[in-house]
Amino acid sequence: MSIMKARIKFRKFGVMRFIGHLDVMRYFQKAMRRAEIPIAFTGGYSPHMIMSFAQPLGVGVTSDGEYLDIELREEIAPDRAVRQLNEVMAEGIEVVGFNRIPDDKKSSGMTIVAAASYRVTLLESARSADITRAFPASWKAKMEEFLGQESIVVLKKTKRSEAEVDIKPMIYLMDMEEDGIHLFLAAGSEQNLKPDLVMRAFVEFMEEDIDSVPFHYHRIDVYARKTKEMETSGASCIEAATGRGNCKFISLGELR
Amino acid sequence: MRKPALNDEILLKIEKPARYIGNEVNSVMKDKDKIDIRFAMCFPDVYEIGMSHLGIQILYDMFNRREDIWCERVYSPWVDLDEIMREEQIPLFALESQDPIRDFDFLGITIQYEMCYTNILQILDLSQIPLSARDRDDSVPIVIGGGPCTYNPEPLAEFFDLFYIGDGETVYGQLMDAYKENRHNGGSRKDFLEMAAQIEGIYVPGFYDVTYKEDGTIASFIPVNPHAKPAIRKQMVKNLTDTYYPKAPVVPFIKVTQDRIVLEIQRGCIRGCRFCQAGMLYRPTRERDVETLKEYAYQMLKNTGHEEISLSSLSSSDYSQLKELVTFLIEEFKGEGINICLPSLRIDAFSLDVMGKVQDIRKSSLTFAPEAGSQRMRDVINKGLTEEMILDGAGQAFEGGWNKVKLYFMLGLPTETEEDMKEIPRLADRIARRYYEIPKEERNGKCQITTSTSFFIPKPFTPFQWAKMYSNDEYIARAAVVKHEFQEQLNRKSLKYHWHDAEVTVLEGVFARGDRRLSKVILAAYRLGCLYDSWTENFDNEKWMRAFADTGTDIGFYNLRERDKDEIFPWDFIDIGVTKKFLYQEWQRALKGEVTPNCREKCSGCGVMKYEGGVCVVHNEGKN
Repeated sequence: MSIMKARIKFRKFGVMRFIGHLDVMRYFQKAMRRAEIPIAFTGGYSPHMIMSFAQPLGVGVTSDGEYLDIELREEIAPDRAVRQLNEVMAEGIEVVGFNRIPDDKKSSGMTIVAAASYRVTLLESARSADITRAFPASWKAKMEEFLGQESIVVLKKTKRSEAEVDIKPMIYLMDMEEDGIHLFLAAGSEQNLKPDLVMRAFVEFMEEDIDSVPFHYHRIDVYARKTKEMETSGASCIEAATGRGNCKFISLGELR
Repeated sequence: MRKPALNDEILLKIEKPARYIGNEVNSVMKDKDKIDIRFAMCFPDVYEIGMSHLGIQILYDMFNRREDIWCERVYSPWVDLDEIMREEQIPLFALESQDPIRDFDFLGITIQYEMCYTNILQILDLSQIPLSARDRDDSVPIVIGGGPCTYNPEPLAEFFDLFYIGDGETVYGQLMDAYKENRHNGGSRKDFLEMAAQIEGIYVPGFYDVTYKEDGTIASFIPVNPHAKPAIRKQMVKNLTDTYYPKAPVVPFIKVTQDRIVLEIQRGCIRGCRFCQAGMLYRPTRERDVETLKEYAYQMLKNTGHEEISLSSLSSSDYSQLKELVTFLIEEFKGEGINICLPSLRIDAFSLDVMGKVQDIRKSSLTFAPEAGSQRMRDVINKGLTEEMILDGAGQAFEGGWNKVKLYFMLGLPTETEEDMKEIPRLADRIARRYYEIPKEERNGKCQITTSTSFFIPKPFTPFQWAKMYSNDEYIARAAVVKHEFQEQLNRKSLKYHWHDAEVTVLEGVFARGDRRLSKVILAAYRLGCLYDSWTENFDNEKWMRAFADTGTDIGFYNLRERDKDEIFPWDFIDIGVTKKFLYQEWQRALKGEVTPNCREKCSGCGVMKYEGGVCVVHNEGKN
């Protein structure tokens, strides 16, 4: 029996970036029990926790904006839930938000994920994500050229097949900033673009050797497409040109 | 934050980096400047196997309760990382601190099965510790072996500084204190080993000299150091309730083999199955108090967040408080979405009732281990199970809705005839027939009887320690007899048959009852590249055969002869309580097909009563 839905926001850093998505799911199932969060279960012979994750994070990637939705069988105060969860976390995962979300399907179920933002840093060596170096000055101009192309066709490999895909419509924003290259990319079940695919295409475009420019990827946040009905109570939006024209995006953590 | 011993590039290249980063919930971190002893606890197999082992969790908890000790864990690097570590000369490290094992005071290795022996050499090699104990100086850890294989540690004698014989909960404290005292006195490695040799249950192989007769058997086995004892007495926890138990075991990030809470309900077994080493080693049977177990279940579930709990023992049905415990677990936790696993239960009305509550009958299968197909053979091994009991149990299960049964048997048991082999498929068929006696409309489709056979390996400290084994070809021939007979059965379409590999059996047999001359074979095999021999995909029999040939070692000497009554066995210096005289008497009874009652029915005078514990005490008190 579920009486409310909640969205948990967490950060993933340090050695925890080597824990894959499926294992993070398992980790949270056990963490819910340790923290005594009154999570709801499905019915049936072997009940399981009602829990869904927003967007898988690749191994090696750190993040400040990871989300999972859960259903609860009892009320729990958000600050208490955050505290209880953080008391049982392993170092490298920190819960930073626990918010009630509406029961309707439109705002939950993680089908709403539409974009994700990333920061890419250039490393001295692939051996450590901690030691970065400045991007070559020439990259800024080349990035404009790169983005100015009619299309950006890459070979996308899946487990079963390879296909040529034009990723340009899925790159919503790409900027060189002081702390790294910022990417705002399509994400979710409809269209999904991983940041390493963009960087690989960019490096190839510049005719550089990919092995000589090791990157670290950090996800900043995950977004939904903002619709008219959405209550946003002064939350900040990102506006970007997409394949379907200009759209507004709002962080999953700010949807109520 | 801790810095991993492996760099990012390596961690992103290898399979399952979570095996090597530590940081798991309930793993213990300490300030290494505030402790006296650093202990690395090792299971020489891959992380997922090693993390599933209860013994290490018990000792990890026990050591870390002491403020002056920091116990950490280490497992075998998988072959992908093994290659990288050798190439880049990265020393093997412990998971918690990520510090090199070489810097530790102790490296404790649990030795659970013979086919991990080359992995032990890998651990030492990657740790940059000399493989041979005699080549080690004060700068490297003391290497300790523990676990079931140390009841014949001789094949590994060359590689260990000392072996700990018996339950880990008993004399480690004394051993650690001796180490501190020796360091305080400025003593050497040898000084410490001499102190250790005086502690009960500690065996220092370097302090003994073995001579051999012309026929290759042992002529003498004597201590050559004044501190070494002629016999080593196994250590035993008398009271299993009032001892260490890990209430907050480490929770792995990746899925491991035993991804659940384990409640050890008792140690030892009252049944004297003659092939079973554990049944003799861990005598007398000791139970853990049911109220204590209930309390542990609460705490462990709370501390780990696991969604499954399992009972552990050699024979759960013999636990006197089983009903109470299982009922409690179901009532208390089933509603919380906790799965309850009940392995090693005898099939009867009670067990079928509870299994029906904790598992999906349509999907699950029931397991029987008759171990032998004919009644004659079951009497030889003292299995204490009649065909009637098997068919009754199966019948009740079928009526309860199950239609999948798994059967386990052994081939190559002493005195086995072709008739005994053929009885295996026939018994499987009779079980299927029992299923088809149920009216068709009440049946749940066809039944599925899956039979597996493994080849029997005589183990030290069992009545069968005198028995001979067979050659690889002979084993395959026996499995073929069984396979053939399966095709003759009426219900053959409902029967499936699997058999285990024979090549590994031969090697396990050699090492189970081998002597210290085998150390050179293990070393040769390791040098040839043998590693992870218990993993079918890595096992390379040709290399092993070459190792035997290169060292001039004859497999036949170890496997193909029946041993004489008075032969000195390599493990005779260990006193497990059960006497050699009793074991020989059981061997003779086995040959005559005479059964021996279990410890609760009647004391057979095996000798373990001198430990004054468990069933020996309870049983006799009950009588008075």
